[in-house]
Amino acid sequence: MIEPFLDFTFMQRALLGCIAISIGATPVGVFLMLRRMSLTGDAMAHAILPGAAVGFLVSGLSVGAMTLGGIVAGLTVALLTGVVSRVTELREDASLAAFYLISLALGVLIVSAKGSNVDLLHVLFGTVLALNDEALVLLCSIATITLFTLALVFRPLVLECVDPRFLRSVSRLSAPVHLVFLALVVLNLVAGFQALGTLMAVGIMILPAAAARFWVRGIGAMIAVAVVVALVASVLGLLASYHMGLPSGPSIILTAGMIYLVSLVLGPVGSIASRHYPRPHLNT
Amino acid sequence: MLSRRLLLTTAAAFAFGGPVMAEDRLRVVASFSILGDMVAQIAGDRIDLVTLVGPDSDAHMFQPAPADARQIADAGLVVINGLEFEGWMTRLTEAAGYKGLTIVASEGIAAIAFEGGDQGHDDHGHDDHGHDDHKHDDHAHDHGHDDHKHDDHAQDHGHDDHAHDHDDHKHDDHAHDHGSFDPHAWQDVRLAMTYARNIAQGLETADPAGAEVYRAGLASYLAELDALDAEIRAQIDTIAPERRRVVTAHDSFGYFGRAYGISFLTVQGTSTASEASARDVAALIRAIKDEGITAVFVENVSDDRLLEQITRETGAMIGGTLFSDALSMPVGPAPTYVAMMRHNAQQLVAALSGMN
Repeated sequence: MIEPFLDFTFMQRALLGCIAISIGATPVGVFLMLRRMSLTGDAMAHAILPGAAVGFLVSGLSVGAMTLGGIVAGLTVALLTGVVSRVTELREDASLAAFYLISLALGVLIVSAKGSNVDLLHVLFGTVLALNDEALVLLCSIATITLFTLALVFRPLVLECVDPRFLRSVSRLSAPVHLVFLALVVLNLVAGFQALGTLMAVGIMILPAAAARFWVRGIGAMIAVAVVVALVASVLGLLASYHMGLPSGPSIILTAGMIYLVSLVLGPVGSIASRHYPRPHLNT
Repeated sequence: MLSRRLLLTTAAAFAFGGPVMAEDRLRVVASFSILGDMVAQIAGDRIDLVTLVGPDSDAHMFQPAPADARQIADAGLVVINGLEFEGWMTRLTEAAGYKGLTIVASEGIAAIAFEGGDQGHDDHGHDDHGHDDHKHDDHAHDHGHDDHKHDDHAQDHGHDDHAHDHDDHKHDDHAHDHGSFDPHAWQDVRLAMTYARNIAQGLETADPAGAEVYRAGLASYLAELDALDAEIRAQIDTIAPERRRVVTAHDSFGYFGRAYGISFLTVQGTSTASEASARDVAALIRAIKDEGITAVFVENVSDDRLLEQITRETGAMIGGTLFSDALSMPVGPAPTYVAMMRHNAQQLVAALSGMN
């Protein structure tokens, strides 16, 4: 079982990358789910494209520049979305959809205008099998930043999840907390692209969170379970990729998907087996 | 449309008895840079040439723009590689409403059936256990065979037979393909000569008035290619057969390997679109270590992070950049097909002769 990880450094690097992304992105995914923003990840993933394209235009096939561009574009969309949904009547989902579509179209336009056809997405989206030092440092830094930031804004964030209006009425933190949270989403998505390749990065964020939802009620416990699910999926997925010759990104996400399906059927909380559907009870 | 154009060109040629007038010049659209260069070498200034996928760009991933469709609609001749290399091309010609002549440059060559390279992308679930050993043996066998073929070839230049034999052999050996072929046939200079003949034929059909020009262009180009082929063989012959193994990012050198007796191991599949599995990478690393391969090459059109990882893990050196599916910019080392093949051969020989 552990033999591939001992024999090959690329497997060790893949594992380390997956651990970092599991620890960083999964808690963010739990909050996305609780805020009923599970699809936001996908939208954000598309919003990142024009930034990466501009990075490519400025400095060619440089992973650093494209990552930075992606983060800037993602943050811009997140910021505009947050502002519009708070200043106008438009709801957040519609506002996000509008901005991410604009961003995506802009990205495709920029890529095409350049006329070069080296596959931009392949460069932006690395593979977990080829994590260099730079990528590992990026992944671990983002995981660290995420954990510390989450610890800092944990209480207001939970309130924001449960009852945003209440938070808004008692504190002025609501808007900044929300924006900080969206920034974390973008950061972790960019990290996920590095680690998992392709748009499946969103999967490691959402699937473990959705699975954890069927096992525990408390938000702290939910985060813990989600992280464990993500770690298990990473290890099993990498092993499947190694032993069965499957592409590693999809095999990790599919493993997480299978855990989700099992949880959906057998989990003790609100699953098919438990046959009852209590509201999430937040007792952190 | 084509016939009217032909009529006009012919009439013009008769009327003026000299070169055709500018507005009647044949417009040729070539799908990617290597074909574009071949067309230019044969036809010279007589035609207007448009190349859709330019230097240093990957034709597998090309996304056509309306301007490209317009180029095709206005063309008198379209030149494509075939063997499903430009999957987007059929749709594009249809969308552009092009009804003229399309030349498939690779027509008539003995294509290599896909077998996922020597590293075995194709043995999905066939041999989960002990697959590495199996592949290793396979590989050694292939290699021996290549050498043998190479010797054969040095003795007689019965090139077509040679290719055919080998093709049969591969097929028997693996009895497994995707019903599809490796499209990178230009990597064998002998096959590139077939390309040149097909292209010249097409030019002549589309513009009979220029037949003399095209025939002369073809003759001198074939002579150049012939010399190039001999040159590459002579260079590769300086390397001991057992040393002739290198690693590349994507499997576009199957024909080069077959023609000149070098084994290419790859990670990715033959198309740059596929994603590697951990098993493929592990098998490649093992092969590099077991066989003492020290030369790893990056390509101008592919992402080389995976190869970097492999060099880190095996201690092999990056030998240089090979040009596989696209020429370099005019200032680069491979602005023409001939320069590209010469550059690749030199890079390979330099890296392989450095190892002891």
